Amino acid sequence: MSTTSDPSLASPAADAAAPKAASGSTARVRGSLGRRHAAERRFRLVGMLAVILGLSFVAILFGTILNKGLPAFWQASITVPVTFDPNIVKIPPYPQPQQGESPAAYEAEVLQWRTALAGVNWGRIIENALLAELPPDAAKNRRDVSRLVTSGERFRLRDLVQERPGLVGQTVTVKLLADANVDVWVKGNIDRSLPDRQLPLTPNQRRYVEILQEKGLLTESFSTSLFFNVDSRASPASAGLAGAFVGSLYMMLIVILLSVPIGVAAAIYLEEFAPKNRLTDLIEININNLAAVPSIVFGLLGAAVFIIWFRLPLSAPLVGGLVLTLMTLPTIIIATRSTLRAIPPSIRQAAVGLGASRVQTVTHHVLPLALPGILTGAIIGVAQALGETAPLLLIGMSAFVANVPATPMDQSTALPVQIYLWQGNELRNFFEARTSAAIIVLLSLMIVLNGLAIFLRKRFESRW
Amino acid sequence: MSTIWLIVAILTAMGFAYQFGTVKSRRVAAASGAKLHSLPTHYGVLVALWCGLPALAVLLFFWVFEGSIIRALVTAELPEAVRTLPTAQLAVILNRIVALATGFGVAGTPEAFEVEAAARMTQLKNTGYLAMIAVMAAVAVIGASLVLRSMSPKMRARNQVERVVMIALVLCSGVAIVTTVGIVLSMLSEAIRFFNFVHPFDFFFGTVWNPRFATVGTGASGGYGLLPLLWGTVLITIIAMLVAVPIGLMTAVYMAEYASPAVRAFAKPIIEVLAGIPTIVYGFFALTVVGPFLASAGAMIGIEIRATSALTAGLVMGIMIIPFVSSLSDDIITQVPRAMRDGSLGLGATHSETIRRVVLPAALPGIVGAFLLAVSRAIGETMIVVLAAGNAPVLQANPLQAISTITVTIVNQLTGDIDFTSPQSLVAFALGLTLFTMTLGLNVVALYIVRKYREQYE
Repeated sequence: MSTTSDPSLASPAADAAAPKAASGSTARVRGSLGRRHAAERRFRLVGMLAVILGLSFVAILFGTILNKGLPAFWQASITVPVTFDPNIVKIPPYPQPQQGESPAAYEAEVLQWRTALAGVNWGRIIENALLAELPPDAAKNRRDVSRLVTSGERFRLRDLVQERPGLVGQTVTVKLLADANVDVWVKGNIDRSLPDRQLPLTPNQRRYVEILQEKGLLTESFSTSLFFNVDSRASPASAGLAGAFVGSLYMMLIVILLSVPIGVAAAIYLEEFAPKNRLTDLIEININNLAAVPSIVFGLLGAAVFIIWFRLPLSAPLVGGLVLTLMTLPTIIIATRSTLRAIPPSIRQAAVGLGASRVQTVTHHVLPLALPGILTGAIIGVAQALGETAPLLLIGMSAFVANVPATPMDQSTALPVQIYLWQGNELRNFFEARTSAAIIVLLSLMIVLNGLAIFLRKRFESRW
Repeated sequence: MSTIWLIVAILTAMGFAYQFGTVKSRRVAAASGAKLHSLPTHYGVLVALWCGLPALAVLLFFWVFEGSIIRALVTAELPEAVRTLPTAQLAVILNRIVALATGFGVAGTPEAFEVEAAARMTQLKNTGYLAMIAVMAAVAVIGASLVLRSMSPKMRARNQVERVVMIALVLCSGVAIVTTVGIVLSMLSEAIRFFNFVHPFDFFFGTVWNPRFATVGTGASGGYGLLPLLWGTVLITIIAMLVAVPIGLMTAVYMAEYASPAVRAFAKPIIEVLAGIPTIVYGFFALTVVGPFLASAGAMIGIEIRATSALTAGLVMGIMIIPFVSSLSDDIITQVPRAMRDGSLGLGATHSETIRRVVLPAALPGIVGAFLLAVSRAIGETMIVVLAAGNAPVLQANPLQAISTITVTIVNQLTGDIDFTSPQSLVAFALGLTLFTMTLGLNVVALYIVRKYREQYE
């Protein structure tokens, strides 16, 4: 270092030989000491600041998401007795299959019955149920009244009758989800001092909301619709995550079924059996590179190979699962290899020494010991796949899908894609909370998965 | 559904074959009095493999070719007038025949030839299905009995079983190569189709990005310039690195050199949580929190900052990358040998002087590798920029304005109504190829540096 220019610092012998010079340079060192220690403190402080900054980013991120999203788990609903007035619900009896009728013809009849059911003015039934609870002058503002309840509830009433045709003519108490604007209003997320024209509710509606609240009919309760409903555009208040859940579930199943066995097998081959040659070197470099390839490139691969060449359906969880499998494979291979590498060679030598073949050594001794590590790697890989969005958008998953996929070949969304779709919704003050709630659900799932991985690692960790 | 039951049947048969094999091998050993070459379970597995694998192969073959063969046979027997119809109409008729054949029926009265063809199709299907089951059963029985018959104490069952295992392992590790080849080939072929529409020179050096949804040939090549997107990517990456590198590096230094074990055990995992959060969450955070915050902060000091801008996206991306930089650098700093630190401290340097003049220079190659990996991560990041960068593909240097990147454009071109034959969609593959090449280059260099560095101190 540059201190060689100062002979007194370069060697202790010079120090002893020239005490005078030494005292001079000691003085110089002493003099600079304060400055150097200040620099030391500054450096340390900057380091600490960086750590605090990193921690506070985590806190801000989680804080704002929780703050925005938690209220969305509770949702306003109106509990009223609903009468299925036979004068409004005018439908023929449910068709029965006749002898000698072809399935196509019977299906047509059922369809006809459903069409009749769908043609019923369900909105009027809801209006009547609400009007019974409101002052008589509300009958003049039917439009305002009907818009207190989200439009999707009409279809829920229809489904009720479709399941139990005997309901016609009876009165049942139903909890109707309030409209998204009512929900936002009740939560107090709207500046009430704004002029009438900018408020989402008309003056009449605000009065009705107050009346219903006073009667205890309009309440906030835990939002089951968020979990058990499918996405909806016409009726934002009843939009839920059910379709996305099932879509993600299918994809994760495909990822687990494909990428874990293939990844573990590949890692075992590369770590335990592969000869050291050019080919295995190439595979190794390849895997390390694949782990760092942007996820969107896997999406392009999926679009080109599965959609354009193999003509698989767009938006299908099958395609999504395959793309995510290719994406997680390197992660799982790398994790498994490092676990295998950590197992001491003495175990293998002992097995081979007792006459086991190499395959027997691996299956009887190495794999059981590596299992916790492999599981941890697999879970982390799956968690990563669960949160991936970009490649799914490229295989058509940005489409709006309003049912739960029955098979992995049906159209579907996934949790992160649902978040992407909801954040783009125009009804901002309702969907921002809804999106945050969906994010909380996604993050909780990931935390559970990662927690499981940490638990496994701690529980079965063995030090060699 | 029936396929699943067939697979279950094959697996059951394999179970029985395993039992037969084990029992038979014991009996053979007892009868001949000689020692078996392998364990009885090896003989069992061998018999099971010979029983199941050929049957599965038959099933796979049938599954792939059944539909097209039956269709071809049925089409060949259709009346001449129908067979010569255009492909689209023929497909419609075939679908009607399939609907009739499955017993679902069609709307209206089917024509005579359709009913006839449907009957023929049902017959072919049933025959084919029965034939397949017969063939599968035959190969399973033949395979298993061949092994059972030739079983002798000298038979090297273990070696054969292990060879099958080995082949399966090799095939699995080949998947990684196939993936890379698939990426390169699919992107290249689609990109070449794109370059049929637009000259590569116009693409790589064009300064205007404006892919009009116009009919092909009406001067559509004017708007496919890569440079505005590339510039957007570079600008956002620079901002992200300006955030991530100082914070990440200082975090790593503090964690590796100063922090007490308790602080380290607490802070390190929490900061690493940032790496596990899905990028869509960061995007939402940027859009709803950081963007409006920056915009109002800018308004307060009199600067116009767009809520969705290069700055917003870059800042949030920087936060996302902090743990990459910090944990990679942390590993590298802890790998610097103790002796180097002791030497410096022994000469009277303070702790920070040791870090700045000895540890960091020694760790520099590794840190550069980590830095490059982080850059490649930032270049390929998608969801944050899709939500927070504002999507304005213009060449301008102001980071406070909206901008667009390569990844955003790939998403934009391939979502919505896609027609995979138009240059508007195909350009996504040319962009993807560019992105892949860039990140590949960075990764190769970075991994090489990190590897060299590891060897240096091992």
